[in-house]
Amino acid sequence: MQSFLDIFDIYLLEAVINGILLGGVLALLALGLNLIFGVIDVTWICYAELVMIGMYGMYYLVQYYHLPYWAAAPLVILLVALLGAALHYLVIAPLLTAPPINQLLATGGVLFILQSFATVAFGIDFRNLGIRLPVLAIGDMNFSYARLLSFAAALIGMIGIYFFMTRTYTGTAIRAIAQDRQIMPLMGVDAKRIYLITSAIGGGLAGLAACLLVLQYDVHPFVGLSFGPITFLICVLGGLGNFIGGFIAAFVFAQIISLGGLFSDLEWGYVLAFAFFIVMMFIRPAGLLARRS
Amino acid sequence: MNRQVAGWIVALAVLVALPFVHRDPYHLHLLVLILIWSFAYTSWSIMGRFGLVSLGHGGFMGIGAYVTALLWNHLGVSPWIGIPLSMVTAGVLALIVAYPCFRFRITGHYFVLVTLALSGIVLQVITATRDYTGGSLGYTPHRAQSGKGLYALQFDDKTTWYLIALAVWLVGLLIWRWIDRSMSRHAMEAISEDEDAAAAAGVNVTVEKLKITLISALMTALAGALYCQYQMFISPDTVSGIAVSLQMVFAVIVGGVYVALGPTVGAVITILLAEILRIGFGTRAVGWDNLVYGLLLVLFIIFLPKGILGSVIDWIKAPPKMSRGHEQETIKAARR
Repeated sequence: MQSFLDIFDIYLLEAVINGILLGGVLALLALGLNLIFGVIDVTWICYAELVMIGMYGMYYLVQYYHLPYWAAAPLVILLVALLGAALHYLVIAPLLTAPPINQLLATGGVLFILQSFATVAFGIDFRNLGIRLPVLAIGDMNFSYARLLSFAAALIGMIGIYFFMTRTYTGTAIRAIAQDRQIMPLMGVDAKRIYLITSAIGGGLAGLAACLLVLQYDVHPFVGLSFGPITFLICVLGGLGNFIGGFIAAFVFAQIISLGGLFSDLEWGYVLAFAFFIVMMFIRPAGLLARRS
Repeated sequence: MNRQVAGWIVALAVLVALPFVHRDPYHLHLLVLILIWSFAYTSWSIMGRFGLVSLGHGGFMGIGAYVTALLWNHLGVSPWIGIPLSMVTAGVLALIVAYPCFRFRITGHYFVLVTLALSGIVLQVITATRDYTGGSLGYTPHRAQSGKGLYALQFDDKTTWYLIALAVWLVGLLIWRWIDRSMSRHAMEAISEDEDAAAAAGVNVTVEKLKITLISALMTALAGALYCQYQMFISPDTVSGIAVSLQMVFAVIVGGVYVALGPTVGAVITILLAEILRIGFGTRAVGWDNLVYGLLLVLFIIFLPKGILGSVIDWIKAPPKMSRGHEQETIKAARR
């Protein structure tokens, strides 16, 4: 083990592994957004703000109502799932026939609402759960258990969604709607119901991400802006609605941020990731895995 | 027609005379802010009205503000040279990003998200180069020695700023009108309806889109630079980033994208709303203005997508004769 580690720069390896761990959570976020785009053909600009609300939910349940973490998590997932369904019912459903840009901008309005709601209701202080998980040391490298746990939970969540989509009737109906919006209602699939379920699942994934992110980051009303844009870029890079593309893109992005942050400030990692995204848009405009037409 | 011109001249005379009659510094301050933001919103609407929804304008505005201020502080370059340089910087960046976008036909959602990445980059670069830009704490241009105010484009006098902002705002409206009457407008409308058909009809799609984007980016950078010179304080959150981009979109949609004065109406409404809430609720108002903005934005997009001014004009014109815009809306609706 030691000789193996000597070959590589120890910090480089640590950054690579941390990048992979970050990639897991980003992939989970991208999956929720991709699901909604693929099925309903709408981009939720406010997706990261749903996560932010979920993080506040965790904070209040754990700190004020003294629920244990494992009991609070399902409640938060349910809460954000309901929020997702409500968002669809109140904002997206009336706009389904409007130009796509209008739907995107309406969710931009929801972004403002959720952000300022959090400011008004919870204040602008940084808050955290007060749970500090220990750090795992392998050789000279340090990994936080919070990241490992998040990575594992994100993977389990994604596998769960995979089985739901492939093994259940509702999941099959969701995939069918994503393939052909016009025909499936004629085949007896209730499109409205499927849209609502999909929105709830997308919200639930945001809730799961919130439970995991709250272990690593402090929550404040603008926390969404720190990972929201990255999530959209991942989805676009992977091809909007392309689950596997989004999965791969999440890890590519996480590596760029992690390695960029190793050589310089974290912000430069983000700048690199954004620049990489713009260049990739020109090389593969329809996503990483798209075939060239 | 003559009556319209006369109306404009009277309105302009009133606006020019205003600071000499009404000297309340707070009201003048609000008016200057409204005029500068109106100009920024007008610049956005030049692209936005043709369906080119950009969330990158926060980036252009940030470049306008920061390049001007950095050149002044570090190299002593007068804003008279710094502002054009900042505009050129923003324009070059716009072309670098927009050319491949239009060439490879990145439209709709994808265009929105590419431009979103652009304003993300500008924000992160400003924050990351905190040794020069002050990072997220903000940045203040050095005060010029007394007597060099004109050289440094720094005036303590609100009236001077009001007249500058008024002139720039007017130029913005004239550019809007010039595009509205040019062939570009027809070309862009054709493109926003159907790119292939427009190309087949002989419209050079890429060049037309680039022209509009370049004009819009240059104007936005100018707005950013003016904002910086007037406020003498800029921070990444107030002049750049995604939040500012969304603020532009919001104000323009509330006012009306398809009419010349729509963005101005949007600026008046949003700035007055923020001020009223600030005065009414004091520090407790933090967040409330955005809460109301967000609600309005959602409600407007669902119920009044043409904005306040657009709907009012339609309502006045509708019974006797349909306006051009309205006709096209009807055709679009019928097609769906």
